[in-house]
Amino acid sequence: MEKITTEKQLVEKIEHCGSCLKDKFAGKDGKKHLVVCGGTGCISSHSDEILERLETLIKERHLEDIVTVNRVGCFGFCSQGPFVKVFPEDRLYRAVKVSDAERIIEEDVVNGRCIEDLLYVDPSTKEKVERQDDINFYKKQIRIALNGCSMINPEDIEEAFGNGAFKGLMRALKMSQQEVVDEVLKSGLRGRGGAGFPTGRKWQFALNQNSAEKYVICNGDEGDPGAFMDRSILEGNPVGVIEGMMIAGYAIGAHDGYFYVRAEYPIAVARLRKAIEDLEKVGLLGDNIFGSGFSFRCHIRLGAGAFVCGEETALLNSIEGKRGMPRPRPPFPAVKGLWGKPSIINNVETLADVSWILREGADKFASIGTQGSKGTKVFALGGKVNNVGLVEVPMGTTLRELIFDIGGGIPNGKKFKAIQTGGPSGGCLTEKDLDVEIDFDTLVARGSMMGSGGAIVMDEDNCMVDVAKFYMEFICDESCGKCSPCRIGTKRLLEILTKITKGFGTPADLEDLQELAEATKSNSLCALGQTAANPVLSTMKNFPEEYKAHVVDHVCPAHVCKAMLTYVIDPDKCKKCSLCARNCPVNAISGEVGKTVFSIDKTKCIKCGLCLSNCRFNAVYKK
Amino acid sequence: MALVNIKIEGKSYQVEDSLTVLEACRKCGYNIPSLCSFMDGRCSLASCRVCLVEVKGARGLVASCAYPVNEGMEISISSPKATAARRTSVELLLSNHQKNCLQCEKNGKCELLEVSKMVGARNGKYLGVQTKATLDEVAPGLVRNTGKCILCGRCIETCKQLQGIGILGFENRGFKTIVSPAQNRSFADSPCMQCGQCVLVCPTGALMEHSEIDKVDQAFKDGKFVVCQVAPAVRAAIAEEFGEKIGTNGTGKMIAALHRLGFNRVFDVNFGADLTIMEEGNELIHRIKNGGVLPQITSCSPGWINYMEYYYSDIIPHISTCKSPHTMQGAITKSYFAETHNIDPKDIYVVSIMPCTAKKYEKSRKEMEVNGVRDVDAVLTTREIARMIKRVGINWNKLPEDEQFDQDLLGQYSGAGVIFGVTGGVMEAALRTAYNVLTGKEYGPIVFDNVRGLAGVREASVDVDGTILKVAIASGMANAKILLDEVRNGTSPYAFIEIMGCPGGCINGGGQPYVKPIFLPNEDDNILETYKQKRASVLYSEDERQVVRQSHNNPDIIALYKNYLGHPLSERAEELLHTHYEAHRERFPNKK
Amino acid sequence: MAHLQAHAVKQITEIVNRYKDEKTPLMMILESIQSEYGYIPLEVQELVSELTGIPVAEIYGVVTFYSFFSLTPKGKYVIGVCLGTACYVKGSQLVMDKFSELLHIKAGQTTEDGLFTLDALRCIGACGIAPAISINGTVYPKVDPGKVKGIIDSYRKLEEEAK
Repeated sequence: MEKITTEKQLVEKIEHCGSCLKDKFAGKDGKKHLVVCGGTGCISSHSDEILERLETLIKERHLEDIVTVNRVGCFGFCSQGPFVKVFPEDRLYRAVKVSDAERIIEEDVVNGRCIEDLLYVDPSTKEKVERQDDINFYKKQIRIALNGCSMINPEDIEEAFGNGAFKGLMRALKMSQQEVVDEVLKSGLRGRGGAGFPTGRKWQFALNQNSAEKYVICNGDEGDPGAFMDRSILEGNPVGVIEGMMIAGYAIGAHDGYFYVRAEYPIAVARLRKAIEDLEKVGLLGDNIFGSGFSFRCHIRLGAGAFVCGEETALLNSIEGKRGMPRPRPPFPAVKGLWGKPSIINNVETLADVSWILREGADKFASIGTQGSKGTKVFALGGKVNNVGLVEVPMGTTLRELIFDIGGGIPNGKKFKAIQTGGPSGGCLTEKDLDVEIDFDTLVARGSMMGSGGAIVMDEDNCMVDVAKFYMEFICDESCGKCSPCRIGTKRLLEILTKITKGFGTPADLEDLQELAEATKSNSLCALGQTAANPVLSTMKNFPEEYKAHVVDHVCPAHVCKAMLTYVIDPDKCKKCSLCARNCPVNAISGEVGKTVFSIDKTKCIKCGLCLSNCRFNAVYKK
Repeated sequence: MALVNIKIEGKSYQVEDSLTVLEACRKCGYNIPSLCSFMDGRCSLASCRVCLVEVKGARGLVASCAYPVNEGMEISISSPKATAARRTSVELLLSNHQKNCLQCEKNGKCELLEVSKMVGARNGKYLGVQTKATLDEVAPGLVRNTGKCILCGRCIETCKQLQGIGILGFENRGFKTIVSPAQNRSFADSPCMQCGQCVLVCPTGALMEHSEIDKVDQAFKDGKFVVCQVAPAVRAAIAEEFGEKIGTNGTGKMIAALHRLGFNRVFDVNFGADLTIMEEGNELIHRIKNGGVLPQITSCSPGWINYMEYYYSDIIPHISTCKSPHTMQGAITKSYFAETHNIDPKDIYVVSIMPCTAKKYEKSRKEMEVNGVRDVDAVLTTREIARMIKRVGINWNKLPEDEQFDQDLLGQYSGAGVIFGVTGGVMEAALRTAYNVLTGKEYGPIVFDNVRGLAGVREASVDVDGTILKVAIASGMANAKILLDEVRNGTSPYAFIEIMGCPGGCINGGGQPYVKPIFLPNEDDNILETYKQKRASVLYSEDERQVVRQSHNNPDIIALYKNYLGHPLSERAEELLHTHYEAHRERFPNKK
Repeated sequence: MAHLQAHAVKQITEIVNRYKDEKTPLMMILESIQSEYGYIPLEVQELVSELTGIPVAEIYGVVTFYSFFSLTPKGKYVIGVCLGTACYVKGSQLVMDKFSELLHIKAGQTTEDGLFTLDALRCIGACGIAPAISINGTVYPKVDPGKVKGIIDSYRKLEEEAK
């Protein structure tokens, strides 16, 4: 691609690429186009090998004139991956294996036949669904932050242009800095990384600072152990995020932007790096881009495995080569941020939204969502739900829609128990909250938070004390150690929770738990500590009976806490097959094959659960 | 500086707008407990969360040490939420703290204990496992016990900002975090100068001097002839240990107390200081006259020497070969004094009372002995000797103020020796004598005003009968670096440089009494800014009171040279009073 | 203390020089060394300290703060058990416990023969196939405790065949 030095060239480029992409999807070029999911989830299920196989087959059979194959970003429907999609039919094959590549070429590409057994089957109607948009999982979604993901090749900037990249920046550069800030304010966009602070206001603070040196930082240190939307966005449409960063840079007067991305996201980093290099090559990053007078450079810094670096000031310290320990505020980063200069830190999804807002207009964004929370939000839906994956829904969607319509409900006919939003900083919501319209404020009002959008569904088999302990373990591990309430408080909370799950809890422990949880919340230095106790507080509030059962009756109602359960064989169901005994690692099960029912010696049993998972007749159960 | 109107506990006040909430409250008469903030608020990590207050309109509680005041601010210290929060923060710290308070040497000066009292910490709250602790007692100067550390970070900042070194850092993460030299090594295995500035700021007993009281006890028990020798700076601060105001001259009472502790002789290291001037001054003149390596740099601060051997060993030829005053005096005590009194030097036990932790390291250096006899056997800090005095119930207030050092060969001293204890003092003392040696006359005004002051780096030009001598002075290693880099690069314009390891010199040494506002309700608000000056004044006024004010006029010094050493830099003087230095390179092989 | 070999000094000096135009490049330097050598021992940190002027205690503090950096070499096969929320609620802790039991090491440790390192991972983005583990980058879907022994054995066998 040649260098773009004028606005006219850029406009022409975008138009050209736009019609190319459109034609491709519509099949106007007379070819078929296959796209293969290249998200981390699908790659771990060998989608790269599928892609390679398809490429080889096309080459071997000289089919280059009738079909192309391309890698694209995440489809979001991770539990059904890997995906191969066929254009122009818009046909979605799911759970594709490498061995299916031949059939796709042979049957679909060459013979134009749909491969029925690779289609998604609606679990309720048992009907096969051919087109992506007809699948329930996708029906309620609107893709703003995820726009381009699963459509364009993230390693080809021309496809990004085809998808409308840089239109937003061009529009912004025609406005004054204040007008850009106003546009973002008008859109109602709030930060997608956690607390939901209005993005425009953050920018305004930074714009107001009189400094020749300012910085934009993109926070890609996605730490919630159950959220991966930022990674998918960077993997699927890196140019969109870069564009958002450039718009932010123009708005506040910064000429350098830093991407801070987890080192655990190698694919995202590689694609981001390639996009930056490619944009530099064509003159769209650097000095005086396309003759606009605006200069901007992007840099990448890697996170190195510290959840706390998602906190703005800890992130700044990390870029500055220090331990990621948060700084007291004030001064706020917008006043004194990276290297002491005014800086704004925006999350990946936020910046992806920004480029869309500047392209499509603030009003269009503001027309979606609720009174206080505009636009869409990407959720990483996981846990005990049928359709696991990334979903982008308008603010105001209810939890019921999220879990049951999009998520397809709870597997194995189990009962919904709770959904944890906001990751380790959030709280759990229950049955009574299912019809709440999700937005920043309603979730907080209900004792949880939006966070980065993790949404983990739990069913009746999950013990809420154990869940609280899980999150506390995580926080305790990730506490930076700087301030005492978080460093020591979370450790003490974990100790109490451990004691309770081990069956040694007393009602007095619950009082200590409550008091300490509240103190950790009010005393801690940064948001990590201030929210660390949320899972404890919200599970205590929503499931007081379950806590009580643990400390008074010393029973774990969900049969999760090992210390308080026993494995038992139901003599009526036992078929005397001895499979359980043969799998028992400690010889705790006795019985005679075909003669007597088997039984477990409680004194020997180590509660590993192998008998239960091996029994074919559901004769083993927990008590 | 603009003023803002604030309310504290509902009362209106006007304060400077540059203050933090904590500082503003202190100025207005409210002492909010705090542990991590120090240096008068210039360092506030806001990590201990002990200073939380409620500020109207702010989100959540506010760490007063880091939060600036602003117009119309309404501060509540006593709100139930803030009171409870401060208590919980302290209780959590205590739950991870080795609480042998009754036996802890920091007891009485422990800020954590004081703050616990202030917030009313409850007994046995939130107990649980404690972070795995390390006790480092290997280094001669310092002891580190991470079991008592509350991770306030004061020591880390001090080492980095004042000394420009950064020996200490946070290690690990979360509950496993400790403060330590890299890889939790001992101070002894780290390029640490053992100056003890970290000890001065530590709020708890996590960092302490390596006590040698037991060794001294043993010497008494063994029936040794125990000689103590007191550094000049000790008298400027020791009274503080007994509740007197900073800047009180404690010389007389200190001597009285030492006599009562049973020392066979109580000497003043000022004598050794005078001796140092004789040797070092003549060394300088020798270098100047014979085209020797210049600038010459002083060697009396062992912290500085230790630092130099780690970081600037390439400039060793610049360093005066003189031992420090107390080791010189120890060597003379065990030779001249011993011979005169016909005592076997092996039976003499020399105890130096020093404002310094690095002296403990220095006296254990292998070079500090003559013919197998150690120059100095034990070094006690000002704080340790105060503990010994208190231990036997001596009532400081009832001690006579007029007792004198023992006048026995090493008893007399000059005003020049006294001012060794403050930055610029060695320089001034050396100039008084050098002037005499070079011109044959005494310097008329006696005092060299232009080398005095507490600024970190100073330079002066001295007119010695028409010859201009350029000199420079630095204290604290971060300051010294500026001069040392010039020396290293060969661009140093000076003839003589005085370097002191601790900022302000020995008056602010790592073995001096703690200056902690929380324990000093009767001192001024700005005591952290003024205490060095106050201690320095004690020494300068002591100088003024002396009849003899130049080292070369000290009659005992004259007698020593006449009867024993011959002349400065004589062979015997070289043997007893001079030393050599080595690079620590072998321990840090990658060092250039 | 061990001396670094000349070629290591050269290589590390090169890495440090690579980032000399960057502001505050410590993290970048350490990341490069970590990926080059697999660990960052104290000797290397001391060299970095000399080359950058950053106190070694500070560098050590950074290395021990971030879980990506390691002070000791990792095993030949690094087993990462995902303990992300999605995997955890589907029982990945049991998988972790099983590995721990069979390898006689805790999370973060390496077996004595240097063959296996067991790590706890936070969400590897394979939520759709939870509980997931990753061994040297290869992801194993839907692992239950019963499969653990087989997985370990497959690597042990691989080793024996190599011998």
